[in-house]
Amino acid sequence: MDFAFFWEALLTLLPGVPKTLQLAFLSTGLGAIIALFLAMMRLSGIKPLDWFARAYLFVFRGSPLLVQIFLIYYGLSQFPEVRNSIFWPLLRDPFWCAIIALTLNTAAYGSEVIRGGLLSVPHGQVEAAKACGMSGFRLFRRIILPLAIRQGLPAYGTELILMVKATSLASIITIMEITGLAARLVSETYLVIEVFVVAGAIYLAINFILTRLVQGLEYRLTPHLRERPDAGIVMPTRETAGERA
Amino acid sequence: MQQPGFFELMSFGEGGWGPVMVMGALVTVILAICGFTIGAVFGAFAAWAKIAGNRTLRVTADVYTTVLRGIPDLLVIYLFYFGGSAFLTWVGRLFGSDGFIGLPGFAAGALAIGITSGAQHTEVFRGAYRAVAAGEIEAAIATGMPRTTRFRRIIAPLVLRHALPGLGNVWQIVLKESALVSVTGVVELLRQAQVGAGSTRHPFEFYLAAAMLYLVITSISSATFRSAETYFNRGVRRG
Amino acid sequence: MSDLNPSTQKVAVSLTDLHKSFGSLEVLKGVNLEAREGEVVSILGASGSGKSTMLRCINMLEVPSSGLVTVGDEAITLKTDRKGKIKPADQRQVDRVRSRVGMVFQSFNLWSHKTILENVIEAPIHVQGRPKAECIEEAEDLLDKVGIADKRDFYPAHLSGGQQQRAAIARALAQHPDVMLFDEPTSALDPELVGEVLKVMRRLADEGRTMLVVTHEMGFARDVSNRVVFLHQGQIDAEGSPADLFNGKGSERFQKFIAG
Repeated sequence: MDFAFFWEALLTLLPGVPKTLQLAFLSTGLGAIIALFLAMMRLSGIKPLDWFARAYLFVFRGSPLLVQIFLIYYGLSQFPEVRNSIFWPLLRDPFWCAIIALTLNTAAYGSEVIRGGLLSVPHGQVEAAKACGMSGFRLFRRIILPLAIRQGLPAYGTELILMVKATSLASIITIMEITGLAARLVSETYLVIEVFVVAGAIYLAINFILTRLVQGLEYRLTPHLRERPDAGIVMPTRETAGERA
Repeated sequence: MQQPGFFELMSFGEGGWGPVMVMGALVTVILAICGFTIGAVFGAFAAWAKIAGNRTLRVTADVYTTVLRGIPDLLVIYLFYFGGSAFLTWVGRLFGSDGFIGLPGFAAGALAIGITSGAQHTEVFRGAYRAVAAGEIEAAIATGMPRTTRFRRIIAPLVLRHALPGLGNVWQIVLKESALVSVTGVVELLRQAQVGAGSTRHPFEFYLAAAMLYLVITSISSATFRSAETYFNRGVRRG
Repeated sequence: MSDLNPSTQKVAVSLTDLHKSFGSLEVLKGVNLEAREGEVVSILGASGSGKSTMLRCINMLEVPSSGLVTVGDEAITLKTDRKGKIKPADQRQVDRVRSRVGMVFQSFNLWSHKTILENVIEAPIHVQGRPKAECIEEAEDLLDKVGIADKRDFYPAHLSGGQQQRAAIARALAQHPDVMLFDEPTSALDPELVGEVLKVMRRLADEGRTMLVVTHEMGFARDVSNRVVFLHQGQIDAEGSPADLFNGKGSERFQKFIAG
């Protein structure tokens, strides 16, 4: 194995990192908004909305992402109506097609995370807010959503990692992100193992950093779940424990 | 010129693409079964290493699952497809052949899917083992049941029962992942759709048909796993 | 109470200078105990006194740190492995001993994936290698004996705690054990279910089975057992016939313990 080549491969692949991150962040962010709507549809108790959300989940979770990408990128351009519409500048661009497919796909998975988070909000805390006179959107924004986000954050962190991995599929529709650059470098040099080891290491590094960031965010958002800062210093003795009781 | 409609394109009659698309779906299922099985073997070993192995085995298994869950599946498929061929060619050279020996896409794909899904299998098996009540294993030990009998009669069935929902998830992931193997030229469902799309210039209909066939396969599988869960959880009180 | 004269019977279980530590915590500090065939020994003590650990040393669910465990004519040999951990020298000997010792656990530990009947025939068939038909026939008799013959095809989760524990007793009996160990068999039960399990245990005692029972049931200790052993902080603090111990003899600590 040629170690100088590792360095060269790294320099060739690193320019793909921004593209990978753009794809991952844009689609996960946009997807989260749709996911929130889907989750609320499912919990709305309104039958047609619930069914729509269920059908959406069934389609986007039941078929491969690559098929969804092909359907949007190759499939839609078949229709003159699409080619003549105002969306054509977006739909002719593989980058935006990838963004659309990734967004619609992650929205389906994300909505289940959000739904779980919303369902986990303790009933008592909602009741307490109602007792304070909160209702409707204010109750949702001030109490329910913050609690749901704290609950759902670890799972959404996992979803973000899965999205970083999923962006590699964009290379199949000619986008030169990390995997795309790696495939091209392999076809130029035939140094398969070396190139993919470097590409894999870059993905691992990205995902490691993102995992840490999400963990840090989780830590900041959940001061109430941490140990009391003075815990361990004041050991309740039999006497003090007795006083409290 | 009259454009052929969706049902015309996908018909099972003369000139219809129905039969080859169904064949593609069949290849997808077989590919997924191979990948899933390979993954289950890897997962069982890695879970065992994590639960009962010594330090070296544990670290190896940890590295395996961390790496495979951190890199894209597509990369692993490329690695096996191109790397496998490079490796076979190199081995061929040792034995005096100087031509290129390609690893068949199907084998590379099944191996790649197996190794990536193995990381997921590992966590499923490990979680399921943890869910087995320690007392039930202890009761088996207390009867004097030897290690292998204990594993076969008590631990394995209990682990499998707890693992079933997780295995169902992994299977769905594997099914969808198998679409990536189309990049190696294996004519599974998605590749067949690509071929059809290319030769008829009706990509929308072909990818739609592929999506629908995937939905049929995933629906049938989730129904199958659900009934298996009901069957194996017959000893568990509901609610 | 049975009228056997223990001193003429053979020794069924003996513990000699038994020590057991978990890390730096010494749970058993030199216990000596002998149970003769047909004897019912109740083991009492506060939680943390080491009584369950002592019982679990008999079938090597806990491996003693030092000391000798003898079951029937088998003295279990221990060895120190390369890492300094103490282990049984011969796993097959341990399995042999275990298959002759029946154990009933606090939380029943029935195998949740097997029906009640399957639970009972599991060890006889797959450990002792007895013919299936014979095992089923015997299992049915045992289930009848503990009063749950009609539950043979139920899964454990569908039975009450008392029924599960009686099934667990039947499972232990199916091994044809020389000794029965009971580890707080009624502690996990709702109060109204305790009686049905104690009734079954009383019948076994009357049949002359060798039983070692870790329990909090004073009534059982006083009325059913031949001998009571009181553990305190890993040592035997009082030992004797229930008649003596429950009538003011024995240590001060024991008197305080039974007074609650």
